[in-house]
Amino acid sequence: MATTIRLQREPFDITAEVAKLSGARTDVGAVVTFTGICRADEKGAPIAALTLEHYPGMAEAEIARHVEEARARWPLLGVTVIHRYGRLKPGEVIVLVATASSHREAAFAAAEFLMDYLKTRAPFWKQVEIAGGKTWVDAKAADDEAAERWSAPPPRSDAAK
Amino acid sequence: MTIKVLYFASVRERVGKPDEEIEPPAGIATVGQLMTWLAGRGEQYAYAFENAKVIRVAIDRKHVHPDARIEGAGEIAFFPPMTGG
Repeated sequence: MATTIRLQREPFDITAEVAKLSGARTDVGAVVTFTGICRADEKGAPIAALTLEHYPGMAEAEIARHVEEARARWPLLGVTVIHRYGRLKPGEVIVLVATASSHREAAFAAAEFLMDYLKTRAPFWKQVEIAGGKTWVDAKAADDEAAERWSAPPPRSDAAK
Repeated sequence: MTIKVLYFASVRERVGKPDEEIEPPAGIATVGQLMTWLAGRGEQYAYAFENAKVIRVAIDRKHVHPDARIEGAGEIAFFPPMTGG
């Protein structure tokens, strides 16, 4: 399976990254992409920019562990995760998760699984610039709940028999 | 035992440095005990670890619980709940 995991300061070309997933192969029938974008507000207050801090080494390792878990759960043909760090302005892309499979169900589920874990387990922290000061963004309970739903074992396909 | 510790985000700001080498006394066996010991090292540490329950810990770049043993750890990191993605 083609796996791309990258952390970088620079912007990247989403279209080119997604095209690499199907590329020359003809067995990919579905590519699902999620793009996370820097909003211009945090809890209703306008922000000038956000700065993403990360734990180099662990961030890559943690993403790789969850990509492996996604591969074990769904029949994936490719996964791309690119996460930026440093200072980003509203409108800039923060993260891309793209999953490829023969059929859409696996691609949708794996993309959502990876994003839920990225939010709660990958060591990144957002700080926003609001009204001349800097504030760390609070973690959301809703994100923990979203990740929690994947911890139950996936239903077996023969469970109904 | 000398251990390298790393601090990130708000924990780093409160402690006032990104990393350091520490030598906890022999009785400190777990991550939870280490946080209590760190909190007693001065005002900045007390502030950084005042709400130790919400501080997340990684040993050698893997998430661990507060009852994890620190023996043999190469690198221990302390940070607030994550907000990436």
